[in-house]
Amino acid sequence: MNLPATKSQNGSPNKPKKWRKHILEEARGKVFVYFCVFLLVVTIFSIVYFIASRGLAPFISQGVSLKDMLFGLKWKPEGEPPLFGALPFLFGSFTTSVLAALIAAPLGFCASVFMTEIMPKFGRTVLQPAIELLAGIPSVVYGFVGLSVVVPFLRDTFPGQGIGILAGAIVLSIMILPTVTTIGTDALRSLPNGLKEGSYALGATRWQTIYRMILPTTLPSLLTGIVLGIARAFGEALAVQMVIGNAPHIPHSLFESATTLTSIITLEMGNTTSGSLHNNALWSLALILLLMTFLFVFIVRMLERRVKR
Amino acid sequence: MKAKTADRIATAVIVCVAGLIILVLAALLGYLLVRGLGHISWHFLTSAPQAIKAGGGIGPQLFNSLFLLVLTMIITIPLGIGAGIYMSEYAKDNKLTAFIRLVVEVLSSFPSIVIGLFGLLVIVNTFGFGYSLLSGALALTVFNLPMMVRLTEQSLRSVPKEQKEAGLALGLSRWKTITSVMMPVALPSIVTGSILASGRVFGEAAALLFTAGMSSPRLDFSDWNPLSPTSPLNPMRPAETLAVHIWKINSEGLAPDAPEIAAGASAVLVIMVLLFNLGARWFGRVLYRKLTASK
Amino acid sequence: MKFKKTLLTSLTLVFALSLAACGNNNNNSSNSGSSPSGSAPAAEAVSGSVLAVGSSALQPLAQGVADTFMTLDAYKKVSVTIQAGGSGTGLSQVSDGQADIGNSDIFAEEKLDADKAAELVDHKVAVVAMAAVANKDAGVDNLTKQQLVDIFTGKVTNWKDVGGADEKITIVNRPSSSGTRATFEKFALGTKTEDLQGSIQEDSSGTVKKLVAETPGAIGYLALSYLDDSIVALKYEGVEPTADNVTTNAYPVWAYEHMYTKGDAKPASQAYIDYILSDEVQNGEVVTQGFVPVSAMKVERDAAGTVTQK
Repeated sequence: MNLPATKSQNGSPNKPKKWRKHILEEARGKVFVYFCVFLLVVTIFSIVYFIASRGLAPFISQGVSLKDMLFGLKWKPEGEPPLFGALPFLFGSFTTSVLAALIAAPLGFCASVFMTEIMPKFGRTVLQPAIELLAGIPSVVYGFVGLSVVVPFLRDTFPGQGIGILAGAIVLSIMILPTVTTIGTDALRSLPNGLKEGSYALGATRWQTIYRMILPTTLPSLLTGIVLGIARAFGEALAVQMVIGNAPHIPHSLFESATTLTSIITLEMGNTTSGSLHNNALWSLALILLLMTFLFVFIVRMLERRVKR
Repeated sequence: MKAKTADRIATAVIVCVAGLIILVLAALLGYLLVRGLGHISWHFLTSAPQAIKAGGGIGPQLFNSLFLLVLTMIITIPLGIGAGIYMSEYAKDNKLTAFIRLVVEVLSSFPSIVIGLFGLLVIVNTFGFGYSLLSGALALTVFNLPMMVRLTEQSLRSVPKEQKEAGLALGLSRWKTITSVMMPVALPSIVTGSILASGRVFGEAAALLFTAGMSSPRLDFSDWNPLSPTSPLNPMRPAETLAVHIWKINSEGLAPDAPEIAAGASAVLVIMVLLFNLGARWFGRVLYRKLTASK
Repeated sequence: MKFKKTLLTSLTLVFALSLAACGNNNNNSSNSGSSPSGSAPAAEAVSGSVLAVGSSALQPLAQGVADTFMTLDAYKKVSVTIQAGGSGTGLSQVSDGQADIGNSDIFAEEKLDADKAAELVDHKVAVVAMAAVANKDAGVDNLTKQQLVDIFTGKVTNWKDVGGADEKITIVNRPSSSGTRATFEKFALGTKTEDLQGSIQEDSSGTVKKLVAETPGAIGYLALSYLDDSIVALKYEGVEPTADNVTTNAYPVWAYEHMYTKGDAKPASQAYIDYILSDEVQNGEVVTQGFVPVSAMKVERDAAGTVTQK
């Protein structure tokens, strides 16, 4: 902010005018950017506030205990008395997204290594755009393909009806593959060349270099990608709802109908009237989703802190 | 010798996996395009959908998707760039900045259904915007804003320090330096990034089900007055986008050719995303050459 | 500088658009408010906008009728918007005054509090009948009430126990809050059922149909309009699910499609509802979309389920 000082030294007659114009310009710009930032903060607070105002109602004024919701096994919102056990949904959400990450992580890692270490040119020109394209395909289309291809395949190959956690996880794994791969590739590319060359110079093979040197060094970044992938899988709604079956129970196998938090919300939100206990309980589930987002962001931050160190 | 064998096996596995990914993608694209392309015709792209008869098109839905994209971008771009400028140029290294950074991060990872529900509760009902394009655009802004902010911040940070200092040394105000010296340099990557980000607007359905609505009232394409209720440009009308339309005909479609329409619409969506990806890269390159006068 | 200008222009544009749009909305409502409500249906006087929200089962019919309605000379100035979103959404939105018409598969009394339901005026616009449907492999074309109850409560888990093939039964149900499920449980099963372990819950008729058609041994239920060759429609106690059997209540698994208004409908909404109830639509669009016309019904049923001859 030493601009004004340099100005006044120059001291030509129209300077004060120009100077004022500068300050005005600067002020206007500042007001604009502060307004934008303020809006961001307002948005997030209003999202949390509004969802919490609905989602906390069952616990505060409608006599549902938090413990029953988090650990209850029975979801019978229309029953007498209504039961709101959301454990099966939490279980479904966690298993599908973690399983999806377990499928996507090795695939993503291999793709990243392929793009950076084995065939960089081909990787950059073909594989990377291809994977980015995967990210652009709408979730509705994934669900549709899942229902027409993955479910019949699983039905014919394994016992059961085809729908279930595995079908959901397969669809989700393809959806989160771009996230995992892109972050992995960035991490591998940012490795200092000297490290790799040193390893090769010592006579290590490519695989030894990858396994002993690259994997351990980039692990926190790779994990960041996986956590972000899980976060995306956790929040995905329509694609999962179409293939998972939506029975509010903890399934006995991967091929049995199960439910996630998101699928039960999409399924029942429209059928309930606003303000009813059932409706508010669905908002509670949305609140749980929201809190999970905070948790995922927290984990990512912890991992990133390790990367920086 | 053993290490060499391991190396060979590992390389083979990695190449195979990469091949598998390409294969899956090719199969996915092939499946969507082969099933859908046959159904795409000029008539299909321009005519209105039919509820129970065969031969409906996706004209209004296609228009809605594009128009919603434009509306979203009109709201997102200035706000996102503003906040991005703050993050890269005005933010001091303190707790407040760290907090805002956290806000951006959290906002970008909210599940779309949560945003949709928030939109239903606040934008549609409390603000009284109803199921409308504007509600949809505002909900999508919540997704796109954090992306835009990050994009702007990164692009501005990658501007060479000398250019910024040169601007300041010329006696320009900070704001002027940002907008007329740094912005043109950063613009190509901002444009590329925002075009890529807009692909998400195209594909989003969960949030729009609750905000922009699932119906498309008759549109009078000769009426371009944004205030008339049947005008395609009226932002307060409900609008079903292509992705929502696919969801709807998959779930409740009664037309005898519903599966073909769904397949055709999916193919159109995929082609659009493809065009956006390619277009963004090309446009970014051209813009970069124009603005920086370099090769 | 140029950049800033673009910024400003786009911002102004946004505000202008939103302001203009809000203003436009106000105009609409004041238009419809000022139009003479008591006077005879002077066709030219009807104008304004109608927003109907709710049941996704009723949405195609409502939309189809709205499209023809708005092309009629007398109603050129009326803009009807149909929005799906579920019966619950429809009822709460009409009750809160956000929508003009709430479309619902079930009586408002079943979802809303009594005092809120009392404010709403019911317009029964069509009758929807549902049939139990099974996968072709099941080898059954008729089920009694008791057999259906046994299947949907999990007592019978194999088709051979109800006279079919040796095939495990997979239930494709609706979510417990669904109006379609409420109707099916009330009139076909006569009892509420629980979501069984391993059963499938889908809200949309298209998905239910696809799953029943493809999953061996699957059973579900669909509105008559969705029936086709890919699935087997089951007779109920020996009675075929046809429109004729529904009108006499010989086939009891049916429900009204309701359009609720808060108090008396405003003129534009009334004109639209009157048009749906006209013979032209009842015998035309309503029938082609697979609903049963209200006028054809020989019986009447109230919210409690009591059937009376007309």
